[in-house]
Amino acid sequence: MATKGANGQAPKPTPSRQEPDESQSTDSTLPVGSEHSQDGSPGHNPGDRSPSDSPDEAPPPLPPRPRALDLGPFQYPCPTGPHSVAPGTPKAQTSSRPHLQSKATTALSITDVHTLSHGNDDQRDSPSARQINFPNLGFLTNCGASDGDADDNASIRSSVPVLETGGDLESMLGDMLPEQGTPFKSLAQGKGLWDENLFPLDPEFEEAFGQEFDELDDITSDGFNQAVVQQWRSKLKHFLILSSAGKPIWSRHGNDQLITSYVGVIQTLISFYQGASDMIKSFSAGEARFVVVSKGFINLVAISKLGESDQQLRGQLEALYMQILSTLTLPVMERMFKNRASIDLRRPLQGTETLLSALADGFSRGSPSTLLSALECLKLRKSHRAIMNNTLLKTRSEHLLYGLIVAGGRLVSVIRPRKHSLHPGDLHLIFNMLFEAGSVRAGEGENWIPLCLPGFNNTGYVYMYVSFVNLSNPGEALKERPPSSSSNSEGEVAILLISVNKESFFELRQMRDDLLVQFAKNGALDLIRSAIARGRPTCTDIVPGTALRHFLYKSRGNVQFVQPSFEPYFGTPLARRQLLTLYTHLHAALHAHPSRPKIYHSTTATHIALAWITPVFELYAIAPAGTQRAALAQAANRLIQYVRREEERVFIIGGAVF
Amino acid sequence: MSDGATPLPKPSSSVKLVLLGEAAVGKAPNMTQSSLVMRFVNNDFQDNKEPTIGAAFLTQKCTLPTRTIKFEIWDTAGQERFASLAPMYYRNAQAALVVYDITKPASLIKAQHWVAELQRQASPGIVIALVGNKLDLVASAGSDGEEVEGEDARGVPAAQARSYAEEEGLLFFETSAKTGERVAEVFTAIAGAIPETQLKGPRGGQRVEERRVE
Repeated sequence: MATKGANGQAPKPTPSRQEPDESQSTDSTLPVGSEHSQDGSPGHNPGDRSPSDSPDEAPPPLPPRPRALDLGPFQYPCPTGPHSVAPGTPKAQTSSRPHLQSKATTALSITDVHTLSHGNDDQRDSPSARQINFPNLGFLTNCGASDGDADDNASIRSSVPVLETGGDLESMLGDMLPEQGTPFKSLAQGKGLWDENLFPLDPEFEEAFGQEFDELDDITSDGFNQAVVQQWRSKLKHFLILSSAGKPIWSRHGNDQLITSYVGVIQTLISFYQGASDMIKSFSAGEARFVVVSKGFINLVAISKLGESDQQLRGQLEALYMQILSTLTLPVMERMFKNRASIDLRRPLQGTETLLSALADGFSRGSPSTLLSALECLKLRKSHRAIMNNTLLKTRSEHLLYGLIVAGGRLVSVIRPRKHSLHPGDLHLIFNMLFEAGSVRAGEGENWIPLCLPGFNNTGYVYMYVSFVNLSNPGEALKERPPSSSSNSEGEVAILLISVNKESFFELRQMRDDLLVQFAKNGALDLIRSAIARGRPTCTDIVPGTALRHFLYKSRGNVQFVQPSFEPYFGTPLARRQLLTLYTHLHAALHAHPSRPKIYHSTTATHIALAWITPVFELYAIAPAGTQRAALAQAANRLIQYVRREEERVFIIGGAVF
Repeated sequence: MSDGATPLPKPSSSVKLVLLGEAAVGKAPNMTQSSLVMRFVNNDFQDNKEPTIGAAFLTQKCTLPTRTIKFEIWDTAGQERFASLAPMYYRNAQAALVVYDITKPASLIKAQHWVAELQRQASPGIVIALVGNKLDLVASAGSDGEEVEGEDARGVPAAQARSYAEEEGLLFFETSAKTGERVAEVFTAIAGAIPETQLKGPRGGQRVEERRVE
């Protein structure tokens, strides 16, 4: 990337407002030009722009990191500068390495620096060596591993001197983020630097992911089916749910016959530790991470090669557990187990396997909503949303508990009693049922569904009236609901009316009718339709000219998030999975690491990413490699301004209460 | 259902009908009852339908020579854990469609349980139709439903189901939701079988659940 060339600016994304304490933070724009200069000094060849690349930088809160990292003097403009060092003097220091070193707090990083630099100069083993240290997390590492040798790298490198951004710098967070090795690989394949491949090619992962959701072949009765077992083992993600007595309850892949022995092993491990009153929580085997959550009579196990943190996998298991409670309620399930510990829970759960599978596949596909534990809203003008809220309030019937309007998994309007809020986990279960699992049948407009909302009350059922609305002909309920699939569910609008009274179907149905009449009168349906048609904005709609390709912004107070359209860069399921994997790592870097950084950068050969957390929000963003940190930081600041400006449109704040 | 509160548009008469049957198991597209009602209401068939969760409420008009009947149909999930909710759906129903899969003998047994429950618990005089679905899988069966031996797909001989239906005083049909064969006939026959006296109110009166042993 020639472009990056000479100056780096290390921007720091500074949140000026939120984090006053940060020393430098004062302005978002901190330009940080100085760094390269420093880099240069150490005397590496400038020419070498080795892969060394820019490390992730962690601005303010973190201990300063050695700038030296950026070796490529010229090339890396990026990062470092600002952060680090001294508060106050960021720019001033054109400091040379020595300074840096003095400031650096961790010896570790310094050493790294050295090695790196040497590596660059001489041979390149450093990269490979370093890679070894990283845990194998998911696809990111694979390519690195595959390519192999240092020597190759070297040669490639020399031939392509300009490419910068190598993947391998070590961040302060080190292992949190797997390195994406092989920067060269993709480059060597003739990808332009600006090629929109934001992730390194990884045919192996691509193939595995492509088959992730395929059904396994049937096991034939004649003995061993190596091929099927192989298919099973090649799945990137498994979920197993078993009773504390060791009976399988549900698994995402494989039938009983296939999983029995695995269930036996897991059960043995769990009970072994249980015997010692020391619950097993997680462990690794090869590149798979195993996480166990025990819930009294049920044990849930996630086995993932997708690189999630333990905490994130636990969140996924919690969601599956909530789905089970949603079907049975807690007291009923407990009673079943107390009556007979060896009960086969599959029978009472019959018919909900598809809901569990849809949830699990959502996690495997990558779900911003689950990752952030937040909901997404349909963007509407405040006054328009108020019209809908007021209409709901006006038509509210006596036994209504919650009233919601939902468009393809995005919340449009909500009314609720003052003393009850809605639990995002509960809504996630409902959205999964309606928009992912397609369990609410096609072909008719109305459903009456008993379910337990564990976040609201895990001991009893509520009853949910569901009607899909025909936007083009609002007068009548939708007769023909197209078969649900995630591609077209975006535009589906459902009215959900929830009551604790199981006899209130006709009452809520009447409310739906009244609501639609009002909506037709006051134009609310047209507003919803046009909001859906507008779709999500792209990054460039929000920040003109930005290099940002995607972002997630979570408002922590509202438990809601905003994201731009996945198109055009992340249109395929694979790209989306890779994007979400990146977000997963960034999220883990902010939440799971003991140092709890506030800002975190990751740079690879193909992209540069930022994670930023404050008491108000969490922001994750990605741009192509070659984007300067200053530009990324500036974009982040613009995003924040955008969200602040549009807050009452992109989020539902407060909601309507009665 | 607290119907009193909900005035519906009144066609010539409404008939409340409940569909019962064995829930589909697993992922195979083997929902019988729901595809049947889809065929009736939308004249459509979707092979890959997921099982119902909860119950669906549908309406469909059926025109007889002398009158128009508006069916208000409750299509229930049939899952075991919802069995305790079933009374809510069949209470006050004037008609019930009990569906089984003619390729699966076990589903007929389940259907017989439903019939017994309806006879015990539902409104007296409820019209019950026993319907064997998936006739399309039994290719060579005659259009009259007569069984042809040698069809391996068939698990329930038509004669056996028919004699059971006659014993219990049920209407009996074999249908195919997939091809639509005889589906409309079922509903027409039900409409015809409901006594005029039952057709007064929009929803067949406010009978509170009565327990009655036949």
